[in-house]
Amino acid sequence: MTEVDGSAHPTKLVEQLDRVVIRFAGDSGDGMQLTGDRFTSETAQLGNDISTLPNFPAEIRAPAGTLPGVSSFQVHFADYDILTPGDAPNVLVAMNPAALKANLSDLPSGADIIVNTDEFTKRNLAKVGYAVSPLEDGSLEGFVVHPVALTSMTIGALAELNIAKKDAERAKNMFALGLLSWMYSRPFESTLRFLERKFVKRPDLVAANKAAFQAGWNFGETTEDFSVRYEVKPAKMRPGTYRNITGNAALALGLVAAAVRSKLPMFLGAYPITPASDILHELSKHKRFGITTMQAEDEIAAIGAALGASYGGAIGVTTTSGPGVALKGETISLAIALELPLVIVDVQRAGPSTGMPTKTEQADLNMALYGRHGEAPLVVIAPKSPSDCFHAALEAARIALTYRTPVILLSDNYVANGSEPWLLPEVADLPDLSVDFATEPNAEGGRFLPYLRDPETLARPWAIPGTPGLEHRIGGLEKADKTGDISYDPANHEFMVRIRAERIESIPVPDVEVEDPDDDSRVLVLGWGSTYGPIGAACRALRQRGLPIAQAHLRHLNPLPANLGEVLKSYDKVVIPEMNLGQLAHVIRAKYLVDAIPFNQVSGLPFTAATLENMLEDVVKNG
Amino acid sequence: MASPTIPISPVKLTTKDFKSDQEVRWCPGCGDYAILAAVQQFMPELNIARENTVFVSGIGCSSRFPYYMNTYGMHSIHGRAPAIATGLSASRPDLSVWVVTGDGDALSIGGNHLIHALRRNVNLKILLFNNRIYGLTKGQYSPTSEIGKITKSTPAGSADSPFNPLSLALGAEATFVARTIDSDRKHLQSVLRAAAEHEGSAFVEIYQNCNIFNDGAFELIKDPGTRDDHLIRLEQGQPITFGPEGKFSVVHPEGGFGLEVREGGQALVHDATIDDPAYAFALSRLSGSDLSTTPIGVFRSVERPSYDEIVQKQLQDAKAQVTGTPDEMLSDLLGAGDTWTIV
Repeated sequence: MTEVDGSAHPTKLVEQLDRVVIRFAGDSGDGMQLTGDRFTSETAQLGNDISTLPNFPAEIRAPAGTLPGVSSFQVHFADYDILTPGDAPNVLVAMNPAALKANLSDLPSGADIIVNTDEFTKRNLAKVGYAVSPLEDGSLEGFVVHPVALTSMTIGALAELNIAKKDAERAKNMFALGLLSWMYSRPFESTLRFLERKFVKRPDLVAANKAAFQAGWNFGETTEDFSVRYEVKPAKMRPGTYRNITGNAALALGLVAAAVRSKLPMFLGAYPITPASDILHELSKHKRFGITTMQAEDEIAAIGAALGASYGGAIGVTTTSGPGVALKGETISLAIALELPLVIVDVQRAGPSTGMPTKTEQADLNMALYGRHGEAPLVVIAPKSPSDCFHAALEAARIALTYRTPVILLSDNYVANGSEPWLLPEVADLPDLSVDFATEPNAEGGRFLPYLRDPETLARPWAIPGTPGLEHRIGGLEKADKTGDISYDPANHEFMVRIRAERIESIPVPDVEVEDPDDDSRVLVLGWGSTYGPIGAACRALRQRGLPIAQAHLRHLNPLPANLGEVLKSYDKVVIPEMNLGQLAHVIRAKYLVDAIPFNQVSGLPFTAATLENMLEDVVKNG
Repeated sequence: MASPTIPISPVKLTTKDFKSDQEVRWCPGCGDYAILAAVQQFMPELNIARENTVFVSGIGCSSRFPYYMNTYGMHSIHGRAPAIATGLSASRPDLSVWVVTGDGDALSIGGNHLIHALRRNVNLKILLFNNRIYGLTKGQYSPTSEIGKITKSTPAGSADSPFNPLSLALGAEATFVARTIDSDRKHLQSVLRAAAEHEGSAFVEIYQNCNIFNDGAFELIKDPGTRDDHLIRLEQGQPITFGPEGKFSVVHPEGGFGLEVREGGQALVHDATIDDPAYAFALSRLSGSDLSTTPIGVFRSVERPSYDEIVQKQLQDAKAQVTGTPDEMLSDLLGAGDTWTIV
């Protein structure tokens, strides 16, 4: 068994850095997501703050070596708290010419590029349109290029292990990981443990991958090409236990927590769709918490089954992306008419239509707020970061259960697949979501009125089948106030439409908080959802340069916080950056008559902090 | 009652217990009245606690049904009743869940949910009222209307070939498939009884007359003067014969794939428990749009674990592994994987 010798080589210089951004890029089959993930985990162990961003094609395996097949993983780590995966990589690991070509334009001059020279063959260069190798034509001047024969050195390192050449080649990502782990002085024990777990049935592959990792580490140690080793000290973070978590994983755990804290069974109806499927995968593992998952025949059945389960007294949940929400619209309206709890998770992706399934966007806000027939209001919530998905999911379930309403949770691909350290909450501190089902008649003569409302919450009783004496019928037809009988009475319809609006509008949500350390800002930047990180980073950068700016971020998009109008009116300028063409800005302008300035990007990529910093600087300076 | 998970009624129930206080609003003379009365009269026989009975419907004339049953009920949206009922049934094994649907609801807009509920074998009793027309939208052809049907939306005649609902259900390998007729209360109730006793999906097609838009659609097999020559009553363990003195037989011609009607010949003995759906499928093919040879009764009744049962078992197995309180388990789950502690 190979053991990694992690002792620092005395002859190498060690340089301290406060932050680094590394991007691992290669072919879809090169294992870049795994490599990035392991590097992240090692970095988390060290106590750096981290933020990650995977970027992969929708195709599972686009033709090898082509530009559409490039998959990358970016990790930003620092000795202070950071808010984004970083605008530009300081280091690019390019496993082939396509990875180099696809990522080169993102690199600032002076960046390090580690290339796998074995893949820079005539054929591979031609595939991406390089007539001459960029390693030889001087086009990479201005970068620090480290040519490394990654594949052949990996094969060489495994020569004695009696491993098939194909398997040996495949371990080259571990060589790259070993090298980078050496360069940045990462602890590697968790990676070795991970390899043992991952290949538990293939001891030969455990040995091969460990040997490749060791070879990469040793290469860094001995080659003269890498004269400096770097260190990034742990960040000062709040005391507690942390784990690194993606938004989708955190969201799934938030739903598990909702099941536990409500003491109710949970029923997830879902149809596979990128980028939401991971939530289905995760929840399907947690049956012991009383969670049933059903992979339905389509999006409509998925929400239908969830609603049926809610009717039966479970927390009904459906998880999807924009195209799925479009299909679920009619059932969401039914849930609004039935006034039953339902959580609808929309992990947004770039649209319209199939759009770009693996790219991010925030363009489903209008659909979430308005995308139904009739007057059909519901609650809309958005998480602001990967770990916040946990709390947002719990909050969505809390509101759905308390107010008997569908709630749309608007995540997006950026937070869903990005990751960051998560300070684990104490379970006892999580909210108690217990509900009371109706058990007794609620009207004279032992009658049960299914639409008699709680005066405080305006919610109707949740009387589940199996409760004797409360037999009643509900449906999509307009119901008479209190009795729930079918009604075409004009005054009743007017009343019911208005009370459905009022009961959502009157749900109490926390006031929006403004972050304005200088306390004299005249410009407020308002965001929602996943733009929190880049907006926050841009605001910090401006403040460090002496330019005051205030930041407010919305979790609750419907109903909006009660103090929002007042907050908006206390600034000279309100800027709203969104990854859509101004959907929140439209709401704000219409509702508060505030001349908000929209700033929009719909590239499928998150804002960089620099983009926002430049834009906001202009507003702060020039008004 | 088949499902041991469904509680029985502590009191003796009567027909009256199943009548809700809502005024029934189908057109006078509609076949739905007969079905409603037959169901209300039949339900007490099951001895299931009334509060554990749920009727779920979609949209269409037949889908008003739940409002008239004094049980739990949901009048949902067009075509989706099987999907909604699946979530309810899978999560509540203590409920007897009935789906009431029509030919448009189940076979056009909701066709996908129907076949998937059947292939999963969800513990639902699905009653499809087939009147071969769209009634609630006032008279367009339906997916069971005969080809060439002239309606408001097909003045030159429908170009669509109809579904045979039983063939479709059998293609989805439904474990219980039957057909009955609105006006034959005794037969209808005998089929409902068999459906209720079945564990898993029970699919019942009920020929139902729409006297407004498609009156007399099933007259050939209802009229005492003609029905005996065309109606084939399937009875378990009995030779399949019909006509005056049983002169017509359903036979399996040697070398053929299907079944045929012959005068005389060796009548096949009906066995709904044959596992291979090909037999019931061949029976279902005897009836075409013209109804000239129409079997009624239970075509198929086989045992297969229900979706509900499998889902519940997985939950129970997982819960059996549990140690600690839910809060402790949650705490362990949140802290699973690589963690680190900052002091």
